[in-house]
Amino acid sequence: MDTFSLLAGGLLTALQPMSLVYAFIGVLLGTAVGVLPGIGPALTVALLLPVTYKLDPAGSLIMFAGIYYGGMYGGSTTSILLNTPGESASIITALEGNKMARAGRGGPALATAAIGSFIAGLVATIALAFLAPTVVKLALSFGPADYFALMVLAFVTVSAAFGSSALMGLTSLFIGLTLGLVGIDLQTGQARLAFGVPDLLDGIEVTTLAVALFAIGETLAVAGAGARAPDKIEPVRGSVWMTAADWGRSWKPWLRGTAIGFPIGAMPAGGAEIGTFLSYAAERRLTKHPEEFGHGAIEGVAGPEAANNASAAGTLVPLLTLGLPTSATAAIMLAGFQQFGLQPGPLLFINSPQLVWGLIASLLVANFMLLILNLPLVGLWVRLLAIPRAWLYAGILTFSTLGTIGANPSQVELGMLLGFGLLGYGLRRFGYPIAPVVIGLILGPLAEQQLRRALAISQGDLLVLVQSPLAIALYLIAAAALLIPLVMRLRGRGEVLNQLAADED
Amino acid sequence: MKKFIISLLAAGALALPSLANAADYKIMAPAAPGGGWDQTARTMQTALQDEGISGSVQVTNVPGAGGTIGLAQFVNQASGDPTSLIVGGYVMVGAILTNASPVSLKDVTPIARLTGESEAIVVPAASDIKSMDDLVAQLKADPGSVSWAGGSAGGTDHIAAGLIAKAVGVDPTKINYIAYSGGGEALAAILGGQVTAGISGYGEFASQVEAGALRLIAVSGDTRIPGADAPTLKEAGVDVVLQNWRMVAAAPGLSDEQKAAVTADIEKMAKSKSWQDALAAKGWADTFLAGPAFEEQLAKDITATEGILKDIGLVK
Repeated sequence: MDTFSLLAGGLLTALQPMSLVYAFIGVLLGTAVGVLPGIGPALTVALLLPVTYKLDPAGSLIMFAGIYYGGMYGGSTTSILLNTPGESASIITALEGNKMARAGRGGPALATAAIGSFIAGLVATIALAFLAPTVVKLALSFGPADYFALMVLAFVTVSAAFGSSALMGLTSLFIGLTLGLVGIDLQTGQARLAFGVPDLLDGIEVTTLAVALFAIGETLAVAGAGARAPDKIEPVRGSVWMTAADWGRSWKPWLRGTAIGFPIGAMPAGGAEIGTFLSYAAERRLTKHPEEFGHGAIEGVAGPEAANNASAAGTLVPLLTLGLPTSATAAIMLAGFQQFGLQPGPLLFINSPQLVWGLIASLLVANFMLLILNLPLVGLWVRLLAIPRAWLYAGILTFSTLGTIGANPSQVELGMLLGFGLLGYGLRRFGYPIAPVVIGLILGPLAEQQLRRALAISQGDLLVLVQSPLAIALYLIAAAALLIPLVMRLRGRGEVLNQLAADED
Repeated sequence: MKKFIISLLAAGALALPSLANAADYKIMAPAAPGGGWDQTARTMQTALQDEGISGSVQVTNVPGAGGTIGLAQFVNQASGDPTSLIVGGYVMVGAILTNASPVSLKDVTPIARLTGESEAIVVPAASDIKSMDDLVAQLKADPGSVSWAGGSAGGTDHIAAGLIAKAVGVDPTKINYIAYSGGGEALAAILGGQVTAGISGYGEFASQVEAGALRLIAVSGDTRIPGADAPTLKEAGVDVVLQNWRMVAAAPGLSDEQKAAVTADIEKMAKSKSWQDALAAKGWADTFLAGPAFEEQLAKDITATEGILKDIGLVK
């Protein structure tokens, strides 16, 4: 049978009433946990695993997939409206999205995130059905040296989030890199910068740092400004919906974000965040409205949101074809498969085609449901901003603390949340950008591990870093990203670039 | 419709975990959801509830550092509580030593060993290495040229690689072990031909071996794995027998009666059909061992592990 008829067969499974119910429960729960800072889809699926033991395999896997997609959707809402990313893949969304929300354009920002996620989910799920074997081959050909090159490229793109001063941006980045050193070194098992505190042995949780810097820091900054708080937030200015111009500026970022996010999601190392960084940097370089970046450019929301949803579909490629979990949620879905005696891997498509294609088809269904669930809510969500500040920020503080403690119940975690919250306030107070701290924490350990693995396998031969065509291509893109702005500056376009580098916070 | 109601209840239970009934047992899985310890804890949860040994069982995850973070928290918070259990295993023994953990298995009340899983040594299908003999020959010729992909440093996979080197007369400090977090990443590196060989629990590799993408050249248990066409290390001339076992322990400070009651419950669970069916589905061997015999075995394993970690150079 060819892919089309298999997919059609899958749709029949997915459109059965019970499958629809499971998909709906999944997306509803997923959206809810995505909105709550700290609690992610991985924890939710883990909690539901024993319950689903009694259900049929297809139904529960459909529900898990719904949770996964829903989580990716939900995270953007709080990022945009409250500058409080619900999960790490939504950090970049907060940069432009929250600026839009403050300018009364929260409606279009939420809409472009929802529609972009839908389009990315749709395209990426179809790509999953048709291109899985090819994509998986590409992902496997990535060795440690190629990953290191990818991290170098990602580091270069970080500068897009630096704001007005490269020095301040680098300072923030190095704070993040230092925090990334904390914990047990994977290659030797020795603890670094843990100071004998057991809770620090596992390193600093990205979500804790992100919630602290963004949510707690923001709350302190608002409280610190008190009555002097200058910017009055208008919930809605103009239409709640996207205008023709918004659509015109969004559709290309949606597609580019999908093209970047899907293959990165399929890679065994890395994660959804890296796709969002690359997508943001790409949009910032390609936009026709560079002056708006840092002040609420819709492209900066559309691209990364598409990228994080596409990477969720990408994650399923190695999971279904190789039995390789590349994210925490995928690892639990793998356990879910095993619970029903199914072993994901090369034989899954042959042994249980009905289940696999049912799952892929339900992803398409879940995607439609998310759009239907989310778009009408946009008008309601933006009213959140009309809540008086004192109440709103008290709520943010409560939910951030609950979310972090819920995910990791320990006093040290709570202490870190508050400590980093103060750090976030300090950074804001003195005009340092926030995002590079989190990006440093995510990228630093990845880059270090890949570099050390590459050098260990080559037994110390540095040439291994530039021997693969993939690595060379990635370095060339990184070099171009660094050099093109310099050349443009030399050719007298400095004005535009200065505006482009305008303060983000 | 019934399933729908069950699902709704599940959703409700998720939203209001604190309102659930007081649990008879609380099991800590000192690892992230999805891994071996988490699955062990959740399988126990199902079996204990199905068999009516415990009305409601809660599982909590405290991930990190080979289980030592969870262990430290467990020792602090559960002391004297006969309803608290923690899952652990061989990896934890290694991690306690490697991380110089302030708490160890001496600080809890070990109850029983539950399961065991053989380590498997695999190479990519395209590799020139056809058998354990080939791998040993290359290891002897140039230890650094054999890169081994496996789990975190000091874990079972690393220990197994060190024991193999030692058994064939190669200096264990010379092994070129590449640590990956989680099975998936290591598997990708092996499939992509980035490393010479892979070493991990057989379950991680099973489907790839069946599909012909990986070649299984040896397993580390004392018997062959049914259905898998590979010798044990001993049969292949490498004198190493190793199983990645998992155990359950209770809180410190229990009275003898309390300890006996917990042991009785766990033994009943381990004999139950629900537990045995789950083991068969997951491919875990039943290595149930309790009482003084288990304590003796545990002490032996700890001493042996300390020895090999010193040989590898991870513990001073």
